[in-house]
Amino acid sequence: MKILKCPINGPRPIQEFIFGGEYRPMPDPNNTSNETWADYVFNRAGEPGIKREWWYHLASGTWFIAEHDTVKDVFIKTYLLQNITEDE
Amino acid sequence: MSERLDKRQGEWIDRSRSIHFQFEGDDYTGFHGDTISSALWANGVHILGRSFKYHRPRGIFGFDDIDCNAMMESGSTTNIRADLTLIEEGMSVKAVNTLGSLKKDRLRFLDYFSAFTPVGFYYKAFHTPKRLFPFYENQIRKIAGLGKIDAQTPMKTVIKDYGFCDILIIGAGPAGLSAAIEAAASGANIIIIDQTPHPGGTLSYRYKNKGPAIDLLNQLLEKVKACNNIKLQLSTLASGYYADHWVCLTNKERMTKLRAQSVIVASGCYEQPAVFHNNDLPGIMLASGALRLINHYAVKPFQHVVILAANADGYRCALDFHEVGIHVVALVDLRREGEQSELDKQVKGLGITVYRGHFIYEAIAGKMKASVQGVVLRNLDTDIPVNKESEIKLNCDGIAMSVGWTPADGILRQGSTRMEYDTRLEQFLPIECVKGIFAAGRVNGVYALKDQLEDGCCAGAEATALIGLTKPGNNKRPPKEESPQSHPYPISDHPRGKNFIDLDEDVQVKDIVNSVKEGFDSAELLKRYSTLGMGPSQGKHANLLALRILAHLRGETMRGKQITTARPFTSPISMGHLAGRIFTPLRRTALHHRHKALNAKFMYAGDWLRPEYYMTDGLSRNQCIETEVQNVRNRIGIVDQGTLGKIEINGPDVVTLLEKVYTGRFAKLKIGMTRYGLMCDESGVIIDDGVISRLADDRYYISTTSSGSAAVYQTLQRLVIEWGLEVILVNTTSTYCAMNLAGPHARKVLQPLTDVNLDPDAFPYLGIREGIVANVPARLSRVGFVGELGYEIHLPADGAITAWDAIMTAGQTHGICPFGVEAQRMLRLEKGHIIVSQDTDGLTLPFEAGMKWAVKMDKPFFIGQRSLKIIENKQRERILVGFIFPKNYLSPKPKECNLVVKNGEIKGRITSVGFSPTMGQLIGLAYTAPEDSDVGSTLSIKLDDGSLVEAKVVKIPFYDPKNLRQKING
Repeated sequence: MKILKCPINGPRPIQEFIFGGEYRPMPDPNNTSNETWADYVFNRAGEPGIKREWWYHLASGTWFIAEHDTVKDVFIKTYLLQNITEDE
Repeated sequence: MSERLDKRQGEWIDRSRSIHFQFEGDDYTGFHGDTISSALWANGVHILGRSFKYHRPRGIFGFDDIDCNAMMESGSTTNIRADLTLIEEGMSVKAVNTLGSLKKDRLRFLDYFSAFTPVGFYYKAFHTPKRLFPFYENQIRKIAGLGKIDAQTPMKTVIKDYGFCDILIIGAGPAGLSAAIEAAASGANIIIIDQTPHPGGTLSYRYKNKGPAIDLLNQLLEKVKACNNIKLQLSTLASGYYADHWVCLTNKERMTKLRAQSVIVASGCYEQPAVFHNNDLPGIMLASGALRLINHYAVKPFQHVVILAANADGYRCALDFHEVGIHVVALVDLRREGEQSELDKQVKGLGITVYRGHFIYEAIAGKMKASVQGVVLRNLDTDIPVNKESEIKLNCDGIAMSVGWTPADGILRQGSTRMEYDTRLEQFLPIECVKGIFAAGRVNGVYALKDQLEDGCCAGAEATALIGLTKPGNNKRPPKEESPQSHPYPISDHPRGKNFIDLDEDVQVKDIVNSVKEGFDSAELLKRYSTLGMGPSQGKHANLLALRILAHLRGETMRGKQITTARPFTSPISMGHLAGRIFTPLRRTALHHRHKALNAKFMYAGDWLRPEYYMTDGLSRNQCIETEVQNVRNRIGIVDQGTLGKIEINGPDVVTLLEKVYTGRFAKLKIGMTRYGLMCDESGVIIDDGVISRLADDRYYISTTSSGSAAVYQTLQRLVIEWGLEVILVNTTSTYCAMNLAGPHARKVLQPLTDVNLDPDAFPYLGIREGIVANVPARLSRVGFVGELGYEIHLPADGAITAWDAIMTAGQTHGICPFGVEAQRMLRLEKGHIIVSQDTDGLTLPFEAGMKWAVKMDKPFFIGQRSLKIIENKQRERILVGFIFPKNYLSPKPKECNLVVKNGEIKGRITSVGFSPTMGQLIGLAYTAPEDSDVGSTLSIKLDDGSLVEAKVVKIPFYDPKNLRQKING
């Protein structure tokens, strides 16, 4: 069982967490073509690599971002959303 | 005890304690510490089992975990590995996989039929004609399988526990022990485990002729004992590796899930067999197996042995065998150049003939193939002799094979270690381990004893540095072994086959050849087609051999070859070790015991236990439910709604949050009022609904569906972060209880118990008030879910019983009765209210479910709005409609999920249906095509039995269409 580091509670077994999907900022709904919007809603990038993912620590109710190398299944780092850098 | 030797230094048996046991009904005696196999061999018993497919006699072979020749059962216990299992007083075991007795197994004829049962035979032969398959299956099942399961066996609980340590060391051999001693100096908390009941690994049975191996072992063990931070755990197997150094340790009575900071794998090597005709006869052993038999159990494996060697270990064996009085007939060396070290001279000095560049062409079987009588040797360079005389024939009763090794790398491979075939050493080597895993000793390709100790030492230092207890030093790992310890192709062909590469599954060389011919020519395909490596020992001897043959047949080298994926468990463990206790969470509402006292029939609703209905003697389930419904319509009922999701939302940005999350408008919701809220996901699909109540400017209280409460709360939490809102969410789902008091008498019953003025002018429909109910602080809201005058009462869970009792007492004269989930479902169905996730599914849009009124498309934004804008003007595919059956139609009753069909095509399905006591007929909700959704249309419904019945589309609500009942001044 993997260990995931919650930015608030420290390293905890992965069964205390829920995966919340990839972190994907929503495009501006008012300035987006139907195609782009449908792509945002329905398509997910499946190719392996370093992903930014939402994770939720169930026991404490903490949402945070984990950078996850899905090739090696290694969590590179975790942080609260406020510490995200947009240009990554 | 004819074959027991004099006392060996460091032997594992206690000669002062005799143990009596039975095998196949006969009595035998062994010593305390003997395994079943060693005790039987000491008693001169050489047939310990029968092979899986051909039922050939089998004896001790690897004397380890690498074959399952000796597989026993005892009473209801099966899969007893006789090589590894210690004898116990009074134990009675028998071999598995025999018909009749082991000695006269009635299935032994299968060996003579082997020519007719080639690889893949079962797949090809037994599928036609189809009607005979049950017969085939029955016959095959009788023959196949190892052991019989007694279905009446009581469940034995295997203890599960959790362990923690800094460094886990797998293998208590020279490398493992020296790693522990080195690492212990840092203060690290260390656990060493070993599968055997005694520590030492190769030190406990090898190097006997090289001087004081036992002395070295004792020195190491002294040092280990002196360290309080080292725990030595024996008879324990590391059976599985999971992410982040979570290792499954198993022994006879326990499974430990151990979390380590670092894992040192010093698990050594499995000796690999050579392949020749009849290489499975009892008396043919791996040299290491024979040495363990001699040095651990003081049992003589054979009297006259021919050694087949391809490394120095084989020569050392010759010296060891000679020392205990075994007549070494000859040493056959597969290498043309022979042994270059001093060992060659030492062996020859004992008068042992060494045949260089020779191989064993076949073993000559004794009577019933139960023993070895001799060997036939051939020269590698003149492979096919001109005449029979040029073959060398030697008499012997045993063959010891020392032709190669493969790392015991199960844990390494499960831990994603990159293993590559090393063409210099002719074996796999770990190339790159994941962070925190270290390999040391033979498993790492380090063979010389001195180097193994040093390799372990380095691994220990690397592990302590990794976990931050020491500074990274500049330890340099000793070099890997220079000369090959394994022969690249210890395999000989024979026209009569029976040259086994997998003893578990009776796979022969020709089976591999045929599989490859049939196109199964990759390691993974070959394994599945030929069943190679699929027996209890999981290919520990067979995988590498098969890979060599495969490469040979394809004209390739071993470079870059990979064996099949390694998965837990490294060795079979019992189902009891895996069986867990059932930890299904169960949630009870605060009123659970009141329901129980009222004779509730409970049902599961997600994790919750809820009253389905309240049982009354003499009434059927349906009658009970109908009575409950009628009591609400005519008098007063009360239902426990404690399972509703309940969230308090406070803060300056509450309105922003609600406006963005729900499809309706909440900015202008007046304080003290409530409004229905519908929630969609980004694609516009309905995901939840509830009641939004405004308690103050910036204080809201919302309810969610019971099943959606956790997800809605989590989603709101995430959105608050994502949108950077100043909002505080408090999940009060469990801290508050809720009940709905509904029926024309609701006001009369409740008013005396509360300080809230229930006068309709002061407290109108859809209002919410805070006050007390039976001295418990409560929130009261007027809702219309069941379509009668009603008050939803939310109050702290610890006050729920007080309030419930007071209401029940006060309601007695008005005929109050509790009602369950089923009655509530019917009451709301009569009102045409949908239940999200019952009347909606994973694709339902608000327009389809008649919820357009709740969706304000002209708002600036809500989740799902953009998608709904795209879909809004497109053709609907289905519409939720209400339908009724004629009053005289009662059965067969349509069910939820029965299909709505038209001209043979599916148009929709029933989502809710039931007999309405109020309307006196069957009513329901169903999806249908838009063109059939008009009031008055006819729906054709396909029942469970396939018959079609007709229902009429009507306007909803079915009952009280003007919604007057919920506003009456009762």
